Amino acid sequence: MPQIIIDGQRIEAAAGKTIIEAALDNGINIPHFCWHPSLSVAGNCRMCLVNVGSIRRAADGSIEHDADGNVMVNYMPKMQIGCATPVADGMVVDTQSHKTESAQNAVMEFLLINHPLDCPICDEAGQCKLQEYSFEHSKGKSRFDEQKVHKPKRVELGPQIMFDGERCISCSRCIRFADEIAKQPAITFVQRGDKVTIENFPGTTFDSPYSMNVIDICPVGALTSKDFRFKTRVWEMSFNDSICTGCSRGCNTKVGVRDNTIMRIEPRTNMHVNEYWMCDHGRLTQYDFVNENRVSEPMIRNSAGQLVKADWNDAYAAAAELLRSVKHQEIMVIGSSKSSNEDNYLLAKFAKSVLKTNNIDFVRHFNEEFGDSFLRTRDMSPNAHGAMESGIAHHAQHGTSIDHLADKISQGFIKALYVMDEDIALIPKIASVLDKVQVLIVHTHNATATAEKAHVVFASSTYAESEGTYTNVTKRVQHFTPAIVTKENERYMGMKMSRWDKFGAFNDRWTQGERRNSRMSWRIVQGVANAMNAQWQYKDSESVFEEMTHHVDGFKGMSYELLDEYGGMIMGRIGTPESKGVVYESHYFKPQVS
Amino acid sequence: MNIEKNTEKQRLNFWEKIYLPEIARGLGMTFVEMFKPKVTRQYPEEVWNPTGSYRGRPVLVLEEDGERCVACGLCSRVCPALAIEVAAGETEKTKERYPIKFEINMLRCIYCGFCEEVCPEEAIVMSKDYDLVFEKQEDAILDKDQLLIPMAQLQDRLEFLRQYRR
Repeated sequence: MPQIIIDGQRIEAAAGKTIIEAALDNGINIPHFCWHPSLSVAGNCRMCLVNVGSIRRAADGSIEHDADGNVMVNYMPKMQIGCATPVADGMVVDTQSHKTESAQNAVMEFLLINHPLDCPICDEAGQCKLQEYSFEHSKGKSRFDEQKVHKPKRVELGPQIMFDGERCISCSRCIRFADEIAKQPAITFVQRGDKVTIENFPGTTFDSPYSMNVIDICPVGALTSKDFRFKTRVWEMSFNDSICTGCSRGCNTKVGVRDNTIMRIEPRTNMHVNEYWMCDHGRLTQYDFVNENRVSEPMIRNSAGQLVKADWNDAYAAAAELLRSVKHQEIMVIGSSKSSNEDNYLLAKFAKSVLKTNNIDFVRHFNEEFGDSFLRTRDMSPNAHGAMESGIAHHAQHGTSIDHLADKISQGFIKALYVMDEDIALIPKIASVLDKVQVLIVHTHNATATAEKAHVVFASSTYAESEGTYTNVTKRVQHFTPAIVTKENERYMGMKMSRWDKFGAFNDRWTQGERRNSRMSWRIVQGVANAMNAQWQYKDSESVFEEMTHHVDGFKGMSYELLDEYGGMIMGRIGTPESKGVVYESHYFKPQVS
Repeated sequence: MNIEKNTEKQRLNFWEKIYLPEIARGLGMTFVEMFKPKVTRQYPEEVWNPTGSYRGRPVLVLEEDGERCVACGLCSRVCPALAIEVAAGETEKTKERYPIKFEINMLRCIYCGFCEEVCPEEAIVMSKDYDLVFEKQEDAILDKDQLLIPMAQLQDRLEFLRQYRR
């Protein structure tokens, strides 16, 4: 392996790596705009200029020293770009000296010549690479007195993407992403020199299912999301780590929350799952059901047939009483491939040890058209593997499966349904016989058709309000944490909060986002079980998971701590976890002042 | 200091102890002041008009074609008391951002003027309003309509800022 020296630090870099990669692996950040580890090298922003040379040797091969005893280096007459220069044995790279810094300052000055500096109205402000580097590598004053170049603004490059030509610094990250990752070469540079701008090829639009990733990788605010545009400033949101529930890939995400409402969802780097990307479906569809149309209190159907708000303990007792009124084998328990492993485990335990029924299954959500060869999978639920592993599975020999449920209800074999986080009324066959069910107990996030018919409705927390684990399509178990405050998780330790979240008082309007009285599904199951004399004492999600690691084979050896450390662990391969490695973040949230 | 040895008895002499000369001296002072020019003001009837340098209630500058504010949220970020809340929306104007909601909680505001200092558009300035009275907590949260003041009324402050800003 070639040995190189960066800023006096001896580094072993694999042959073929570029200087910027070798530096990043060793924690040295060379400023850059156009380089991205997943994209090809363009080398057009010139921000990563570094001084490259080799150690000066005398004729006999000995290393030469200057008068102070320092090793002398022969630097190349011109600076090299770190992103396109491969490492070579004995290379000396300097990223800190006056010469390097002045080159970077000069590049920044060039980039800022035609940049409109409209940060106050730009959505990228606060997480903008150009802002960050202006902070570190710029004088703060422009020497350019002439008129800036004007280019098209507010151009729709695709159904989700708005382009502002003046802000663009022509790094070509978006073009390379469209060509190489989204595989939809729909955008390109047109014109030359300072007139250069980005356009769609005639007759095309950039509508790839992954198109919105260009908004994340755009180092400036040239590409903005039509969905998020001007909703809020980035520093007003809190970002908590979560998992996308749009399909079974389980892309790692960060959930941006302001005023207890999800504002946007963005990908979080996990090289083993989604790398740096996620699909537009995940970004756009996974927050509406959290923000809107929620059931925020438990409800019981009264004698007049109306659903009325109730206390949690009353609702538990009512559910317990209803479940006692039918025989064990007349109860069907429906778990959920959209709920966490913890929820499903405790529901399965409840069905087997308290309700003593074999009728247990969950609804599968497949969409053949949704899947593709990159991230999207045909299984539209985030936790089908986990639900099965946790015990929510139908046994062929005994018990009722979801497919036969409608028949069993109409024949009168099933009289009670316990449904967790699933809208079974969406299945036409079951919806038609739902009125025949004597007891219908439902956990639900939203006001669904199933909840309308239920006798007891429990308000359950969505993924954004819960802590737990999902098992994705490759059987990787991943940990997610709450992003939204409910009455249940108000004191959850370690939740990242924005300044507004932290210091808001009851009379501030910005804190008036609804705090729902919902609970995690496993806690509801525990409540009902305890109302039926089970005496379970699970304190938090972690204690449920801890028990699972002892009783369920797939989760043996796991813990939340390990899952966080390795970015999720694959079932059955606990012994050989893959390391997280160096996680590259294109945009820092704050300028990294060195 | 030893308190026991510093009693009134030890400190004051006879004339000071009976207070009478002191009363006479105080009344004398009152009589003299009666004939000097007055410095107090009959406040609610006689209103004080501060100069441009005065930091009263922060307001938004209203130009002919609408507010200057582009809802960048910097005032909200810099506000040490978290008094300001801004929500942005999109307009057809060149500056494509405008505040849908702009609220200042005057119970939180400490009149520091940081919002004015940080504003890149000179859209929020400190006015001369100092006599704010609210009957309810909700009334103290001023919305955009209450905050927008025509530019003509803010000339003193804008002139002051022009002169004294770096």
